[in-house]
Amino acid sequence: MMTRRHIAALGVALWFGILALTPLLADNYTIRIAITIAMYSAMALSWNFIGGFAGYPSFSTAAFFGIGCYVGAIAQRSGVPLVVAWALATVFVTVFAVALGAIILRLKGHYFAIGSIAIVEVVRLVVSSWGGLTGGGDGLNVPLLSGGPDRVATTVLYVMLAIMLAAFVVTILVDRARLGFGLRCISQNEDAADMVGIDTTRYKIAAYALSALFCGTVGAVYASWVGYIDPTDSFSILLSVKVPVMVLLGGAGTVLGPIIGAGAFVMLEEFFWANFLEWNRAILGGIIVFLIFFLPSGILKLDYRRLFRRKSPVDRTEAA
Amino acid sequence: MDILQILVNGLVLGALYACIAVGFSLVWGVLNIINMLHGSFIILGGYLTFFAWFYLGLNPILALPVVALVLYALGYVLQYIFINKVVTSPVLTTLTLTFGLDMILYNLMTVYFTATPRRVTMDMGSADILGVIMPMDRVMGMALAFLLTGLLYVVMRASTIGRAIVAVRMDRQAAALMGIRVNRIYAITFGIGALMAGAAGAVFAIVFPVTTNLTGVFLGKAFVICVIGGLGSVPGALVGGLALGIIESFAGFVLGPQHAMTLGFVLMLVLLVVRPTGLIGVKGYE
Repeated sequence: MMTRRHIAALGVALWFGILALTPLLADNYTIRIAITIAMYSAMALSWNFIGGFAGYPSFSTAAFFGIGCYVGAIAQRSGVPLVVAWALATVFVTVFAVALGAIILRLKGHYFAIGSIAIVEVVRLVVSSWGGLTGGGDGLNVPLLSGGPDRVATTVLYVMLAIMLAAFVVTILVDRARLGFGLRCISQNEDAADMVGIDTTRYKIAAYALSALFCGTVGAVYASWVGYIDPTDSFSILLSVKVPVMVLLGGAGTVLGPIIGAGAFVMLEEFFWANFLEWNRAILGGIIVFLIFFLPSGILKLDYRRLFRRKSPVDRTEAA
Repeated sequence: MDILQILVNGLVLGALYACIAVGFSLVWGVLNIINMLHGSFIILGGYLTFFAWFYLGLNPILALPVVALVLYALGYVLQYIFINKVVTSPVLTTLTLTFGLDMILYNLMTVYFTATPRRVTMDMGSADILGVIMPMDRVMGMALAFLLTGLLYVVMRASTIGRAIVAVRMDRQAAALMGIRVNRIYAITFGIGALMAGAAGAVFAIVFPVTTNLTGVFLGKAFVICVIGGLGSVPGALVGGLALGIIESFAGFVLGPQHAMTLGFVLMLVLLVVRPTGLIGVKGYE
């Protein structure tokens, strides 16, 4: 007898398997999509800690990603070996998030949202004007990975998949541990959580650090993959909004939601990029609007039976 | 460059900033929504003014009220159809929704208007008072910005609609019990926010070139000014705008222009943590 949990586990294993097998089965274009999916899945899983579990509307993903890019790139350019540079980026971003979280997590709601967006802007401006270290607006060239294009794509894919897997495993652990429970309490009522003995400050900082950690690694690996980074691309507000939208699309605060959302979103985006180049931004905006109105709690929480039932008067008054 | 000149430059910039931020602040204060569309509204206002001047030969000062009314209608409709449905949702939902709407508007503007920087050239010469050199179009821009901000203040203080908006801001339920149609007031407020953005864009197009790439910059300024001055009040936006204009003007002179913007954001982050109600905000009001 298969339970829901078995089906979910099988589905995730199958999804990882498909992504991992793309180098054997498909061309470089498909591998690139698989890499993008793994990359965004890892970032969506990360954002889920602070935005999904703890319910804090964080828009600082791009800051973590961008700092990861730059620390990885600068470390490599100064002769640090590849893997060490990636690890360094991860550690740096995590420390940054802990320090920042201690300050900014005192804010709530709208002020937190604005503050987290401002962080992205500040870091971007500092990176753009610190020309001596970061190359300023000209950007930085990053040493290329060894091997031909096929080799590079395959390597990057497996590294990104490993990061995604790590983020997923940590999500499962947090979901079952005290931390996950505490974060859900904070999300529902922070004052009450504080009253029953949850150390809200420490829990929130832990969630914020977790939301940064994998983004740092992803950023560093991304920099090595594309070989060139600049401030506008690395610190885009669009990234900061896209990642939460992916999580909302799948289902915020769930274990599988971020993976489903990131996969669906990247494939939709790829389709629209390929077919409606000029209008892709408007179409993405349209998807967001659609999502907010018709899938407010995500694909996972969709009530399929209700979709096909005629609306009763009670539902209508609820909706109004 | 002497201090007086920097101060006057800062005042001109500050007046424009106040005009930019006042609509954003109103929407945030009354509807509790961070309106990511605001930057695009400003640019749209600037473009419409430019096109009215370029193709129809309309004087920007005559075009301004028309553009402002168009933006009001756009804001009213957007709020009525979309945003009213989620107006009580958490900030993540409302911010994401307005960001999605902004992506659509932005895309429409880049396709139909292109991203070429455009500016209305009035060529009115410049004045020299006590060694301070002031191009006349800037002086006019500043005067218009003050006029618009003052006008909004009067409307909020003295008109029935203004009083109703303030009532809804203070207590939504009580306002509804007093017979105010809250949803309509929300739509009107959002419309006024868009109207002020459009008017600010029109003023901007007289003084500086506008292009779609600036939407993010304007939005960022609005954030900073709201946090500096405090939310939802016209005087707050005025103080915040003037403060930011003067600070940026001096910082640009001392540290170099590229650091002036960073300073604004850093100041905002510090104020957020130290004094989230703003310099003249009401304590305990979010």
